[in-house]
Order: sequence, then structure tokens, then C-alpha cells
Amino acid sequence: MSAEFVQLSLTPILTGLFAAMACALPGNFLVLRRQALIGDAISHVVLPGIVAAFLVTGTIAAVPMLIGAALAAVLAAVMIELIRRLGRIEPGAAMGVVFTTLFAAGVLVLEQADTSRVHLDVEHALYGSLESLIWLDAEGWGSLADPAALAGLPPELVRMALAFALITLLTVLFWRPLAISTFDEGFAATLGLPVRAIGLGLTVLAALAAVAAFDAVGSILVIAMFICPPAAARLLTDNLARQVAISLMIAALVSVAGYVLAGYGPLWFGRQDSLSAAGMIAALSGLALFAAALFRRGGRRAG
Amino acid sequence: MTVGSSEAMNAPLRIALSLRGMTVAYDGKPAVFSLDADFVAGRMTAIVGPNGAGKSTLLKAALGIVPRVSGEVSVFGGTFEEGRHRIAYVPQRASVDWDFPASVADVVTMGLYRGLGLLGRMRTEHRRRVGDALERVGMQGFAGRQIGQLSGGQQQRVFLARALAENAELYLLDEPFAGVDAATEAAITEVLKGLRDEGRTVVAVHHDLSSVAETFDRVLLLNTEKVAEGPVSDVFTEAAIHKAYGARGGVALNPIGGVVRAPET
Repeated sequence: MSAEFVQLSLTPILTGLFAAMACALPGNFLVLRRQALIGDAISHVVLPGIVAAFLVTGTIAAVPMLIGAALAAVLAAVMIELIRRLGRIEPGAAMGVVFTTLFAAGVLVLEQADTSRVHLDVEHALYGSLESLIWLDAEGWGSLADPAALAGLPPELVRMALAFALITLLTVLFWRPLAISTFDEGFAATLGLPVRAIGLGLTVLAALAAVAAFDAVGSILVIAMFICPPAAARLLTDNLARQVAISLMIAALVSVAGYVLAGYGPLWFGRQDSLSAAGMIAALSGLALFAAALFRRGGRRAG
Repeated sequence: MTVGSSEAMNAPLRIALSLRGMTVAYDGKPAVFSLDADFVAGRMTAIVGPNGAGKSTLLKAALGIVPRVSGEVSVFGGTFEEGRHRIAYVPQRASVDWDFPASVADVVTMGLYRGLGLLGRMRTEHRRRVGDALERVGMQGFAGRQIGQLSGGQQQRVFLARALAENAELYLLDEPFAGVDAATEAAITEVLKGLRDEGRTVVAVHHDLSSVAETFDRVLLLNTEKVAEGPVSDVFTEAAIHKAYGARGGVALNPIGGVVRAPET
């Protein structure tokens, strides 16, 4: 039983966990800046990036796909920031313009391109493939200390863990400028802080999380994790550091609970099939937000 | 002591903030046009003008928060970059989301960023500066309060405290008296006069014409272009006010001689 758990469930659970936390962390600042839709935009823009990468390289190998997606996400981030600054329109509208335009462009290119001999579909990008990230080299918990077995870890897990580590490091390092410019951009500018670069940097961090997460967990989970854990955490505390910590805990909790529930839940009800883990995690994060809102209304000041 | 006579005694005047040829445009329409202004060090200057006259824009453009089409800014005779650390800015209260997860002390601590840097630790000295700033605006005892639970006047005092924590020489305030209660207005006026008496420079965008003379030493009358600039007693005349507000027909002048509050929209 334990060997089977390590082989089949541990790596998907950990990948989902890192993906959820990597998205929730920058999501806190996006939500406070009223730019929550930026995650939505970025996670959709990933598709045309992958199509472009496929056209250039002719393969769907991981690295070119990741680079293409990253370039598209960065391009979208820059376009959003430019349209917001130059067009002086509200961030939500700027994102709507960018992500629909780029997504439409991606679909057009995908129609023209010959992708019949490769597996390139929209469904994958939406729901991910968490359940397929199994660790065949594992023989039990002892494999966690076995270099040969560790080399066989799913690359998605390693990538996601590294992305989460990098996002955490940068957030801790730039915590003060990020917090000050999120609260009061004008004041931050008078301190000499590069507020545009900070805003762009945050968007790039979110893009990094979205790109690293998307092919493992899909864009639906990415969008949910950008918004739901931070929004729920905001309702539970009035302290920024505590909000970020609580959002990470919620992300971790719903990702583990969601995976277990999707995999084993149907069995408990006597059914043989299982549910989409990414879908279940995203749904749970929505429930967590709902519960936080109820708790806030009941226990603390209303509204 | 009238302001006019004190100016005559203290010549030559040191200039804290100097603007030359400042033009700022929104969507191709000039908000501030070809403006020269000198804000005298150690004085309190009001920037006065009708709504949409470019008062806030002028401050923001001087600080580089909004881009200018043209214009030179110098601070205490040097470049803006050289003098940036000597300036503290108090934005309009309505410019931020007060539902942000921060306490009063958190916001005032933001004023210490220059000294703390990215990872510097808060020490006793820093906590003392935060406490002193809060005490100066009469907000001691509110340090742990979430900022969204404060009244408008209290929020304005917190913004002022954050600027005080910066220990700057030049204070630029955007509508510090907008929408505050009488007690807050008196408290803020006292703090600003205190700053002035310590030799610091105060420049505030102001909309209450009736209190300009009693609160400020100097005035810059503005309506996209400069209308008048100088000591209140010299330039804050009915004719100049008419010139600034008249075209819009928005000002209410008291026939007995005083100027009453300009209507706000």
C-alpha cells in the first residue's frame, strides 16, 4: 500500500501542492492590486505560446513548449502593462483585450498549422494531467533518499518545486517594495522605488507560476489558485504577512484534499471511476472562499 | 508679524522646489501649461485653484509620479534625483484602498523604507520614530488599528504621520484637509506650522479659500497656467482670485470683502 502510494499518488499530490502555492503567493498581491484577472489572462495566453513554439521547433518537447509559453506570457504581461499605462484604461479591461486577442491568434494559428501528427489539444491545457505524473522508479518511502529513484521523478514536479522556491525567494526579498507599491504606488514612487518595474516583476512572477503549473494542473486550477486562497485569506486577517501565510495554507490544504477526494471519493460512494483532480482542487478552493466569507460575516464585522 | 515684512527681512530667499517650463498633458489636453514656480524654503505655500486647474497634477508631475511633457524640476538648488530623499509626499487620501491589510503602524513604517531598505530589521529606534510620528498627529494608541476602521480624518493623520516618519525637509501634501473633521483640520494645521517653524518647507494643494490667509504664508494661484505667486498678503487679492476662478464662474465672493469657500464638486 505505501509503495503504491509513493509510486502513484505522492508525486501528483506534491506537484499539485507546489503549483497551488506558487500561484497563490503572487495571487495575494494581484488580488490586492485589483489585478486578479491577470492570472486568468496569463494562463490563457500560454496556449498560443505553445502553438508558436511547436511551429518553430516542430516538436512538443517540454523545454521549447515552456520557453514559448513563457515568452507569450511575458509578451502578454508587457502588453497589459503598456495598454494600462498608455491607454489609461482600467487593468481588467486591458487584460481582457490582451488575452482574448492573443488567445484568438493562437486558435487561428493552431487551425492553420498541421498538428495532426502530434498531441496538441485545448483540453489538456484546461484540465492538466496531474494524475499521470506517477513515479515509476519509486519502491516505497525509502526511494526519497535514493538518488537513482529521485532521478526518475516526473520533471513537472521538479519544475514546479523550483518555480515555487524562486517565487518565494523573490517575494521575501522584495517584500517591502512590493507591499508599499501595492498599497500606495504614488508614495512608493516618491521613495525612489521603480514602481513600474515592480508591477511588471509581479506580473512576470505570476506568469512564471502559470507557465510552470499549466501543463501539470491546467489553466482552470491556475486561475482558481491565483484568486481563491488569497481572497479567502484576506477575509480571515487584516495583516498582509498573515494573509499570505494563510493563503499558502489554504492552497496546500485544498490541493491535497482535492486530490484525495477526486481519486478516492467516488470509491467511497461505490463507484469505480475517479474525478479530475485539478477540477476538484479548484472547486474546493472556491468552497474555501465561500466558507471564509461566511465565517467573516458570522464572526467578525459584517461586509 | 505679517508675511510680507518677514520676507523683506530674510532676503535672499532659499528655494526648496523650483519648477521651470512645466507642462503636463492628459490625453493631449494640457492640465498644467508652461508653469514656472518657486517654493520658498521654510515657508508654507498653498497651491490654490478651481477644480481641474491642475493642482494635484502639478505636485505629481514635480515628483515624477505622472510624466511631464516638458519642464525642469530642481530641489534645494540641485537636481531632483539629488534632492529626492529630502522630500516627503502625502497623497490624496482617496488615492489608496483603505481596505488594504495593514495597521496604522504598518503604514507609518512605510515612511522608514529609505533607512530600512529591503531587509533591514526594525529596531527600537525605528519603533520610536513611528511612535513619535503618531503622537505628533494625535494618533498614539491607534498603532494596531486596521486602517480601514479609521475615520477619514484619522486616515489623513496616518498619511501625515507616515510623511513625518520620513523626517524630510520638504513636505508636499495633496489636499490634506479634504473631507476631514474640524479637529483633524486644526491638528494638521498645527503639525504643518510646527514643521515650518522648524525651518522645513510645506507645500499643500488646498481648496478652502477662506483659510488660506490664516494658515499659509505664500500662495500659488493656478488655473492650468500660473495666475499669481507670492506672499499671501501681496498676491491673494480678489482680482487674482477672480482671474483664477472667474472663467469658470465657480467662485462665490463675499461682497463685504472676504472670500468664502469655493464650491467643491
